[in-house]
Amino acid sequence: MEKIRQLKRKFLNKLMLFLSLLAALYGLFWLFWILGVLCFNGFKYLSIELFTQDAGPPGLNIGGLRHAFVGHLIITILSTIIGIPIGLFAGIYYAEYGRNSKFFYVLKNITDVMVSTPSIIMGAVMYALLVIPLKHFNALAGALALAMLMVPVICVTTYEMLILVPFTLREAAYALGAYKWQIIKDIVLRSAKVGILTGIILGVARISGETAPLLFTAFSNNYLSFDIFKPMASLTVTIFNYTMSPYEYWHNQAWAASFCLTFFILILSLIAKFLIHYGNIFKNKR
Amino acid sequence: MQERNIEIEVRNLNFYYGKEKALKNINLKVFKKKVTALIGPSGCGKTTLLRCLNRMHDLYVGNKYEGEIIFEGKNILDKNIDLIDLRSKIGMVFQKPTPFPMSIFDNVAYGLKLKGVKGTELKDRVEKALKDAALWDEVKDRLKESAFSLSGGQQQRLCIARAIAVEPKVILFDEPTSALDPISTAKIEDLIVQLKLKVTIVIVTHNMQQAARISDYTAFMYLGELIEVGPTEKIFTNPEKKLTEDYITGRFG
Repeated sequence: MEKIRQLKRKFLNKLMLFLSLLAALYGLFWLFWILGVLCFNGFKYLSIELFTQDAGPPGLNIGGLRHAFVGHLIITILSTIIGIPIGLFAGIYYAEYGRNSKFFYVLKNITDVMVSTPSIIMGAVMYALLVIPLKHFNALAGALALAMLMVPVICVTTYEMLILVPFTLREAAYALGAYKWQIIKDIVLRSAKVGILTGIILGVARISGETAPLLFTAFSNNYLSFDIFKPMASLTVTIFNYTMSPYEYWHNQAWAASFCLTFFILILSLIAKFLIHYGNIFKNKR
Repeated sequence: MQERNIEIEVRNLNFYYGKEKALKNINLKVFKKKVTALIGPSGCGKTTLLRCLNRMHDLYVGNKYEGEIIFEGKNILDKNIDLIDLRSKIGMVFQKPTPFPMSIFDNVAYGLKLKGVKGTELKDRVEKALKDAALWDEVKDRLKESAFSLSGGQQQRLCIARAIAVEPKVILFDEPTSALDPISTAKIEDLIVQLKLKVTIVIVTHNMQQAARISDYTAFMYLGELIEVGPTEKIFTNPEKKLTEDYITGRFG
């Protein structure tokens, strides 16, 4: 009897292990397939022209995506500049000033919901707020839509990182006669900087792959443009447009652009991973 | 003891964590340049009392003081008291070492910088504080290194250096050696005895031998009340109350 029970438990153990392995392999299979196809096709169509020329006339096998790369960079940088301070300060408020208040409790829950809001909604909001009044699509609206996506992500990570800082550290600074803002600036932020930086990088990675919020804000453009009050091309929207087009040359360029974008986000994630790892080594030393 | 030798006087102090009354009618005199030890079983209010002395409880909502704590002729429980000023005069060292995430030098310099000390004076005072904390010889060649590179005992002495650097009148110690090994503990006890030449010390400790070794006065607390206070020798050899005797002799606690 005892023996049978033991065998049963051993079997169940093996079965569960097998099932989890299967599930993991299933996920990995698709992931590597997508990445594999992307790398294979994307790498094949990489060329110098892709980075040095703007879009060619439809149907002809000339032109590149310089305008989209530049536009994407401008929009991403702009939204990062807008998004980081707001997210950071909101996170600081939540963790250092707002804790214990009802107002904070409501805000924090709304922020948590905002983290997972479908990105297209941000696009729609910015369309109503900035595109309709200006009467044409503009890059600023796109950047603001992306910033709105980024703010809750940075806010929540900043908050989580700050509340991890032991309260005794704050007490120690108070006991020396420091003001609250000095403590936050000198002690708390410094302790949490690795985590906060990681959150910011992940926030940037999150927005640099977004298409939907840009579709009806920054829209697109086939020419190199630096005017943020005019429509501006982005890699994601261009990939979308080119994929929908009937021209093979554009399909190929979309592959190459997808490859570049994925590579960029991969690098950002790797930096974040590296920081987390580096930060942990730092912490173990304590 | 004459009145002028009193550094801090606690009068009829009640303290509440929300609705829970944690300290009941405490009366205590802390004498200048002496070590006063607070002893008693866990949860008796030792640390709560200690944290009243620099108003640490103000950092959390729902805490309430009643009564008076007289320091420099003023009631520090008064609403108009400048807490920043108060805390730079009454320093604190915590149970676990709390080095700031910066270099060894910057840790000690932090409180001084807050007060606006700069340049060579800053350097000199950091060096002096580290010497007073008996840490200078161990760290003089590595002042730029992170404070986390120090051992636990060294970190605690760094925190003491940080506290004495701003030249407070009183230093509160909240079980400063409970997380340390016997050798580090001995070093810190020596240090406390040295420090009382310059500052008044109040120390909370769970270790009765420690209280007997380093303190001049001992206060025994139980369930939020101060049962007995007096010269350490008297408390340990000839206590007046039965409860004190039972605790000292290890019958409970």
